[in-house]
Amino acid sequence: MSVPGAWYLSVAAVLFTIGAVGLLVRRNVLIMFMCVELMLNAVNLTFITFARMLDDVGGQSIVFFVMVVAAAEVVVGLGIIVAIYRRRVGATADDLHILKG
Amino acid sequence: MLLAAATKPADWTVFVIASVIVLAGGLGVVSARHPVHSALFLVQTLFGVAVLFVEEAAQFLFAVQVIVYAGAIVVLFLFVIMLLGVGRPRERIVDVLKAQRPVALLIGVLGLAEFFGLINASVWATGTKSSAGQLTGPGSNVEKLGRSLFSTYLLAFEVTSALLVIAVVASVVLVRRPHAAADDEAREADAELERAG
Repeated sequence: MSVPGAWYLSVAAVLFTIGAVGLLVRRNVLIMFMCVELMLNAVNLTFITFARMLDDVGGQSIVFFVMVVAAAEVVVGLGIIVAIYRRRVGATADDLHILKG
Repeated sequence: MLLAAATKPADWTVFVIASVIVLAGGLGVVSARHPVHSALFLVQTLFGVAVLFVEEAAQFLFAVQVIVYAGAIVVLFLFVIMLLGVGRPRERIVDVLKAQRPVALLIGVLGLAEFFGLINASVWATGTKSSAGQLTGPGSNVEKLGRSLFSTYLLAFEVTSALLVIAVVASVVLVRRPHAAADDEAREADAELERAG
C-alpha cells in the first residue's frame, strides 16, 4: 500500500497554483511559457493519481496524449516567441500589446 | 484516510522528498530572475514529478517524462533562450496594471483554499472503477498502456500523429525568414557600400 492519493492530489493542486500565479505575475514570455508547463505537469499528476485510485488505465492513456499535445504546443509556442523576438528587441508581455484596439 | 497506517515508511520518504523537490522547483521557476535559472528549476520539477510517477506505478510515463519533458522540451527552451540572447533579465520595473501582481497572488491563494474547502466537504475520487481497463493485475504497465492506446484510443492516437506533423510544419513556417526579398536588398546595399568605400 503506497501513499494515499489525497496527498498526491494536494501536491498537484499546490503545483498548479504555483504555475497559475507565475503565469500571471511574470512578464518574460519564456518564463510564462514554463509556468504553463508547470500547470500541465500538475494536471498529469492528478490524472495518474486518479488512474491509481480508480484502478483505471484510461488515466495513464490520457497523460500520454497530454504529453504529445504539450510537446506540439511547446514547438509552436517557441516558434511564435522566436518570430516575435525577430521583430522587436525587448519582448516582455507588456511590449506585446499590438493587438490592443 | 489521510494517514493510512498500512503505508510503508519508504514510500512516505520517497513521496515527501519528491514533493519537496517538485514544489521547490516550481517556486524556483516562478521566482528566478534569470530565464536560464528558471529552465533549470523546471528540470528539477519535471524530475520530481517523474519520481512521483514511479511511486504511482506509471513506469512507462516515467520514462516518457524524463526523455520528452526533461530531455527534449527543456533543451528546446534552453536553445531558444541562448538563441535569442535573453540572458540579461529584462523584466520591466514599471507595472502597467499596478494591482495585477497582488491580485494574482490573492486569486491563487483563494483558488487553492477553495480546492481544499471543496475537498473537505466531499470525497477525493468517485466514479466507476476500471471503466477503460484494469491498471493492476497480471502483465506489465507498458503492456496495458499499449493495449489501451492501440484499441480503445486508436483514433486519438492516429490524430496525434497528424497533430505532430502540423506542429513541425507550423514551426518551420513561423521561424522562416519572413522577407527573403528584404534580406537580399539589405545584402545588396551592403555590397554597394563596400564597393563605394
